[in-house]
Amino acid sequence: MADEIRIGVFVCECGLNIAGFLDCGEVRRYAEGLENVVVSTVNRYTCADPGQQEIKKKIRELNLNRVVVASCSPRLHEPTFRTCVAEEGLNPYLVDMANIREQCSWVHSTDRKAATEKAKDIVRIAVARARLLKPQKENEIPVTDAVLVIGGGIAGIQASLDLANAEHMVYLVEKQPSIGGVMAQLDKTFPTMDCSI
Amino acid sequence: MKDVGRHPRIKLMTLSEVEDVSGYVGNFNVKVRRKARYVREADCTACGECATVCPVNKYNEYEVGLATRNAIYIPFPQSIPSSYVINMADCLSKDVITCNKCVEKCQKRCIDFDMRDEIVELKVGAVVVATGMDVYDPTRLDEYGYTRFQNVVTSLELERLINAGGPTGGHLVRPGDTKAPKRIGFIQCVGSRSHNRGNPYCSNICCMVTIKNSLLIKEHYPDTEITVFYIDIRAFGKGFEDLYERSKREGVRYVRGLPEHIEEDPSTGSLRLKVENTTAGCIEEHELDMVVLAVGLEARKDGDKIRHLLSLSQTSDGFLAESHPKLMPVDAPTRGVFLAGCVESPKDIKDSVTQASAAAARAGVILSSDKIKLDAAIAVVDKEKCTFCELCVQVCPYSAISASKQNKIAAHVTEAMCAGCGSCAAECAFGAISLRHFEDAQYMAQIEAALAENPQDTAIVFACNWCSYAAADLTGTSRLQYPPNIRIIRTMCSARVNEKFVMQAFKLGAPVVLVSGCHLADCHYMAANRSTVKRMDRLWSRLERLGIRPERLQLEWMSAAEGQKFARVMAELDERRSKVTPEEIEQTRKALEAADKKKVA
Repeated sequence: MADEIRIGVFVCECGLNIAGFLDCGEVRRYAEGLENVVVSTVNRYTCADPGQQEIKKKIRELNLNRVVVASCSPRLHEPTFRTCVAEEGLNPYLVDMANIREQCSWVHSTDRKAATEKAKDIVRIAVARARLLKPQKENEIPVTDAVLVIGGGIAGIQASLDLANAEHMVYLVEKQPSIGGVMAQLDKTFPTMDCSI
Repeated sequence: MKDVGRHPRIKLMTLSEVEDVSGYVGNFNVKVRRKARYVREADCTACGECATVCPVNKYNEYEVGLATRNAIYIPFPQSIPSSYVINMADCLSKDVITCNKCVEKCQKRCIDFDMRDEIVELKVGAVVVATGMDVYDPTRLDEYGYTRFQNVVTSLELERLINAGGPTGGHLVRPGDTKAPKRIGFIQCVGSRSHNRGNPYCSNICCMVTIKNSLLIKEHYPDTEITVFYIDIRAFGKGFEDLYERSKREGVRYVRGLPEHIEEDPSTGSLRLKVENTTAGCIEEHELDMVVLAVGLEARKDGDKIRHLLSLSQTSDGFLAESHPKLMPVDAPTRGVFLAGCVESPKDIKDSVTQASAAAARAGVILSSDKIKLDAAIAVVDKEKCTFCELCVQVCPYSAISASKQNKIAAHVTEAMCAGCGSCAAECAFGAISLRHFEDAQYMAQIEAALAENPQDTAIVFACNWCSYAAADLTGTSRLQYPPNIRIIRTMCSARVNEKFVMQAFKLGAPVVLVSGCHLADCHYMAANRSTVKRMDRLWSRLERLGIRPERLQLEWMSAAEGQKFARVMAELDERRSKVTPEEIEQTRKALEAADKKKVA
């Protein structure tokens, strides 16, 4: 059965980070007119709990099978929204993000009209991609319970001790004939004015 | 340090270097070269008898050259492991046994000239990179006469001169004539905070190092006159301001202004400098017995090897880049790899310890799980379409694909080894291999959507998730402005950009297209962007053959830290876009349509 594509577009104001520089309402109206878009809403902070609840509610009520969040960079919040839709039973790979903050409102903050037009374009591009997204399965792989620490200065020493004390096997590799690094060359150290070794 | 040496779950390998790393999160295979120590570590009691008979005297690295060591030596008394070592390059018996004095002297018989390097293979689930930094070498800044005047020393040399375990037993003397200096000057920011000389960044530690050393000197020699020449004093940490105030109370004088150069009085070894005191607004002349250069920290010169082995990237200052400056400050961009200490940026002991504990906790999250989930965005083969050409095998930076032209075996992807760069999908001319979640059809739809309205006003930018897309984000975070005509399409790697994406953009009326990715040596996917270069070369010649100006297709490398560069490149791209006329776009469209027809025919 070829499922009908039902997309929800959630436009984020991000306080004034987005809404201060472009017209989120206009972006929402534009999104709602795009093919396959069933609903579009504007939220103050989509990543916050009320915003996420709204996404879940719309998935439930309107049987959404794709979600586009028009907010910040996917490098920041893609994992947030993947988890959010997964909690509502949607495959996490059926989310796409339209980056209208880092790559729009913040870089065109003196031209509201141009920023709004660009945000509409960014949403259109994301919706075009969302239509073709497919559910994906993440493979699981086993983990070797051992860690390599490269460098035996103060950082490598501390990391090794913490990991070994947490019951993990540690291989500490140091280039020099002794551990200690630069720290071992220091006299007293600040702020406590005690010895380095 | 001792705890490391005796911990049952820490296997310590000194004189060792990582030679090779393969595999992926949860399952790294590591090769370590354990260099020959020529002294059996387990048997050596560090009695030191061997060194008493060694006739060789060499530069003592630990004492930064303020003392010598023998060819057989212990780096410092508290060394871990507590064992002597022979530096074979220094030893008289390096080729043929000519000396043998240490062997004869050693009662425990633990010296072994036949010892050879050993390769140890390890399997680990995570890696912590804590390779540290280099201390700035002021030889390059000769105006302070570090190489010419014996009584100009670095802050690290001073550490050894005031250390009870150092070459002078903690008695502060100046190297020129071993006299106790009565007037000491500290010059701050040597090698730091200068765009012309040294490094542009603040090295973080040098202000506090100077404050600390001024207090230690005042404690032992209260009559010493100490003057600190500085630009700003940065005493921002907990308890730091207290130390600064204390040092002022002890009589340390702080003069805002850096001297331009230092002169020496050859008869006394004293040093003279002139400085503009910018607080008082006057020129001061100082005569000093000794000058300490507060040298900064910089990225390790030998850091490239580890960086390439683990596919890590560096910020413009040469230190290793974290995954996210605020939210993932100890995660490296390669999953399962974590950063600790000065390899990430200059920091003091407390911050190094804090970051190391954070890295340990983050690595612990992986190590404590029996299984971890891999990203689903990896390559997948449609075996029916595969023509066994092996092109995908050639462009895979991870050797994750196998295929055989000779035996007609279709391409196969080892899923756990695939990192998802998508270079194979961009290379396959038959559409037989695609990248899950980043499929050709999805990109074609994005390009079409981007150019659906007013294509003549639109510049298409393909941006790599790890570098140029991140740079675009940084441009936003920094609130830098650029023309609004740019439409960015994210790819995981510039090598994902299929030639047909670019042609599609031109066909749909794009005036200009930019492909962007990580700097060549810094590709997030090892060297996948070398394939980008080859594809761009092919595209440029193809455009030329079709009568399309090749400069309408641009290629730029930028790192995640280059927000300013991103803004500049966008402005230049838009400038280029504005020069493409509607007639030219129409001609391009016709040329590409004609070429398509010819192909079909």
